[in-house]
Amino acid sequence: MPAVSKGDGMRGLAVFISDIRNCKSKEAEIKRINKELANIRSKFKGDKALDGYSKKKYVCKLLFIFLLGHDIDFGHMEAVNLLSSNKYTEKQIGYLFISVLVNSNSELIRLINNAIKNDLSSRNPTFMCLALHCIANVGSREMAEAFASEIPRILVAGDTMDSVKQSAALCLLRLYKTSPDLVLMGEWTSRVVHLLNDQHMGVVTAAISLITCLSMKNPDEFKTCVSLAVSRLSRIVSSASTDLQDYTYYFVPAPWLSCKLLRLLQCYPPPEDGAVKGRLVECLETILNKAQEPPKSKKVQHSNAKNAILFEAISLIIHYDSEPNLLVRACNQLGQFLQHRETNLRYLALESMCTLASSEFSHEAVKTHIETVINALKTERDVSVRQRAADLLYAMCDRSNAKQIVAEMLSYLETADYSIREEMVLKVAILAEKYAVDYSWYVDTILNLIRIAGDYVSEEVWYRVIQIVINRDDVQGYAAKTVFEALQAPACHENMVKVGGYILGEFGNLIAGDPRSSPLVQFNLLHSKFHLCSVPTRALLLSAYIKFINLFPETKATIQEVLRCDSQIRNSDVELQQRAVEYLKLSSIASTDVLATVLEEMPPFPERESSILAKLKKKKGPGAVSVTELEDSKREGGELNGGGDRGSDTAAMAASNASTPSPSADLLGIRSAAPIGAAPASAGSLLVDVFSEAGPAAPSAAVSDDGFLRDLEQPTETSDSLLVEGSGDSDPKFPVSHRFVCKNNGVLFENQLLQIGIKSEYRQNLGRMYLFFGNKTSVQFASFTTTVSCPGELQSHILLTKPVEPLVEGGAQIQQVLNIECLTDFSEAPLLNIKFRYGGALQNLTLKLPVTINKFFQPTEMASHDFFQRWKQLSQPQQEAQKIFKANHSMDTEVLKAKLLGLGTALLDNVDPNPENYVCAGVIQTKSQQVGCLLRLEPNAQAQMYRLTLRCSKDSVSKRLCELLAEQF
Amino acid sequence: MQFMLLFSRQGKLRLQKWYVPLSDKEKKKITRELVQTVLARKPKMCSFLEWRDLKIVYKRYASLYFCCAIEDQDNELITLEIIHRYVELLDKYFGSVCELDIIFNFEKAYFILDEFLLGGEAQETSKKNVLKAIEQADLLQESLVVFHSVCFFLILIFS
Repeated sequence: MPAVSKGDGMRGLAVFISDIRNCKSKEAEIKRINKELANIRSKFKGDKALDGYSKKKYVCKLLFIFLLGHDIDFGHMEAVNLLSSNKYTEKQIGYLFISVLVNSNSELIRLINNAIKNDLSSRNPTFMCLALHCIANVGSREMAEAFASEIPRILVAGDTMDSVKQSAALCLLRLYKTSPDLVLMGEWTSRVVHLLNDQHMGVVTAAISLITCLSMKNPDEFKTCVSLAVSRLSRIVSSASTDLQDYTYYFVPAPWLSCKLLRLLQCYPPPEDGAVKGRLVECLETILNKAQEPPKSKKVQHSNAKNAILFEAISLIIHYDSEPNLLVRACNQLGQFLQHRETNLRYLALESMCTLASSEFSHEAVKTHIETVINALKTERDVSVRQRAADLLYAMCDRSNAKQIVAEMLSYLETADYSIREEMVLKVAILAEKYAVDYSWYVDTILNLIRIAGDYVSEEVWYRVIQIVINRDDVQGYAAKTVFEALQAPACHENMVKVGGYILGEFGNLIAGDPRSSPLVQFNLLHSKFHLCSVPTRALLLSAYIKFINLFPETKATIQEVLRCDSQIRNSDVELQQRAVEYLKLSSIASTDVLATVLEEMPPFPERESSILAKLKKKKGPGAVSVTELEDSKREGGELNGGGDRGSDTAAMAASNASTPSPSADLLGIRSAAPIGAAPASAGSLLVDVFSEAGPAAPSAAVSDDGFLRDLEQPTETSDSLLVEGSGDSDPKFPVSHRFVCKNNGVLFENQLLQIGIKSEYRQNLGRMYLFFGNKTSVQFASFTTTVSCPGELQSHILLTKPVEPLVEGGAQIQQVLNIECLTDFSEAPLLNIKFRYGGALQNLTLKLPVTINKFFQPTEMASHDFFQRWKQLSQPQQEAQKIFKANHSMDTEVLKAKLLGLGTALLDNVDPNPENYVCAGVIQTKSQQVGCLLRLEPNAQAQMYRLTLRCSKDSVSKRLCELLAEQF
Repeated sequence: MQFMLLFSRQGKLRLQKWYVPLSDKEKKKITRELVQTVLARKPKMCSFLEWRDLKIVYKRYASLYFCCAIEDQDNELITLEIIHRYVELLDKYFGSVCELDIIFNFEKAYFILDEFLLGGEAQETSKKNVLKAIEQADLLQESLVVFHSVCFFLILIFS
């Protein structure tokens, strides 16, 4: 090994560094530094030209000073001069300085770029690497402009040295990250992908990072990398631990490369080619098997490297979410880790299981570990591990174990770390609401929450319990009784007083029959807390009192007495004073009737998204700053009449675009299930767009590109949308939607976070679909990726995807275009998978794209005679498909016509002898053939039935069309 | 990887490498916050923590903490081994490395890191290859001087 600082040792630098180290105080250090800066400045400004060595030494000192945390405002020019030195170490220090202290001074950038250009073209690999490292370290836009087109050439050139290739690949990656628009792979794509086959493992290791990043943005262009990655992985996984020489790390063959390969594969759906898929499954099985083998070394490095691969493999298995066997094995493996003595492994197992919990195949398997996880929550010494355990409990919670999990989380709250209490409170509140079967349990849970962690119970939580109590009359009596009991405690949290005040003010009468909770007892109990409370709570209590006067006339005198005393009526706080004066006056002059009207029970709240859920999202979201803002705006809202209302108003704000209130049965409004079968019947005379918002007044919904999402309402038809919530416990197999069979535009999917609109156009056998992804929240979605896949034989169908920007800003909308070509007829629909991070949680959706065979219809006009002639020609039994079914929707003539036109066929008049019947004709255009189709629809209004007959020149098409259409009428 | 920090038990920053563009002010703020967070953790605690929307992976070697910030989809364990490999490289180059080596030869520590990681990704994971590159560079400086003077000499002769 080279003795350090031999030839190039800079004595002056070493002396300076020791001086700094010997400084006894910060002041002494600053003094020494200032002295040095003055010295260097005079040297740089001096008349005498400095030699390279001195320049290097001074630049290095400046760098050291900067790294100590001091500002440096000179020396850049000298550093740039060093770049063109012939001495390697001078050049190297010059580059280091530039890399660390970039200055966007345009003149310097030009000089720097010049020096880099010279080194890149020097053909000296060491210099080229230095220059590439500098570009990769700085990564500025100016550098991208200057070199983005040059570097791909260096990367793929046959005569480039391996080490230069490695630097070039990662340099390009950095430029691509900062300026994706400037890095165009184009013609180089396939050669870059083939770097995966390179002999040199280092080149593969470097190149794969670039390929992964590019694949995320342009999955289709880099698709060929999948099979290459699988075969490379398979070779590594099956190699003996010594085969790869220096790329073996503590007996683990190429752990970094293996992880990167597995990561690359996560950019794609499972390989469609059976052989490739088989090979990959084999690899994954081998990796899982190896985890069970005895370790080849006791060193932690060995087990870390091995497990790094294992966790990456598990991530891939979860990503595919299609191999139940592997998923369950992964879950079992993680289960073992849950009890491992290494804290790191326990942490990662908890984290990884959190994602497994959302897969339908492994949700049950994850649930079997509940006791271990609860135990982790209780006994782990490290707060970050406990946090993971709490997250996992939240993720594995469903109706079957909600009571147990909520109870455990509540008991954990008593000792939980302050840093995570607020989040825990929100989670408990959400679970209690989401899985509440009997609402007395819910009320108990929330009151317990306030009792245990009152300080961390935000306004949203107590607003929510009040909303629910007001909306559900079966729980009101119980709630009144329970808060009354809770308020008996000598010291209770102010939030409890708020809830108590509100609930007794509304429903105190329900427990007034019991002499132990007579009106006066209730009032005295509330009033005993009054003086300990803050102004907003007092204001709320005053409102509760006036409600008492209405509920229980016998308390009037007592309450008026309280209102009349100076501490109320002359209170220095304007709000309190005003309330006292007004309530006093109201109670003395208004008649009982007027009082009863004014102080009537609160009407039910409109169902909205739970304000708590919105809060948790906010909290977890990257823009967590706005939480305080939210709270500030709420602090004022603590009054009785306005309080709850304002609460839910702000809640609505928090729910971002809650302009779409969903009349949902679900308390949380997580799924926006609209009432079934409501809309279509009312649709009068629509043309094409039967189900969209266009009413009779606006027949052909012309949708403009911008504001597309705003133009459309949420899907009004049924809850039977294309939605499959990866994380939900709903039926995960795609319920085929038929909403888009007869129309091309509309809202494909919508939940609380995301709205996806589509607009599509078809000509002949080609189609183009515009997808609009709208972020309904105010927080950006990170790592937003979409993949389109064609299951099974559907590859006959070509879909070209354009990349989406990885971030979808709050409130923003992005567009994606898909080009579609129909090669032959098909019956399945392509799948659109969307992944993004919202807050901490990975959102994963798979939707069916509404591409159906009828989209490729060309209408054919023909006369009655022609029609029946062709009808007869298509007389083979398999060419015909027929179905008799009950009408599901309106049988109105105009509606039916609109649907048939929307189907894409020509609607033929005067063909069928019976004018009630409809006949249509069209040709389906596929690349391989054209399929003629004839259709006859015979409605029977009396029986509310239809008979649908299809005859096509290809049997599979008749069958498919018949299935599709039967759902439409 | 978004950045890597090396700091001492006393909280003194010894090396910083940023793979994402940030202002100096932000860098200082992040450093201060992270050093504080990591130093406050007890020895047996796990090596990973969530911090803002990043994952922090750290490990202590003697008096020095090595701390990496990775993104959500990055692998924690392999990052831990990136740290270890870097320590091995330093150790091999300096010959049982200690904090002082990194203080006095900070530029070397940066050069070695650049050979190993570039743009936040592993560039070359073979210990031999990385050290070979550094060695070559160390030798080059000598030979270049010679080469330079030979050229100069030739110019003299032919002019």
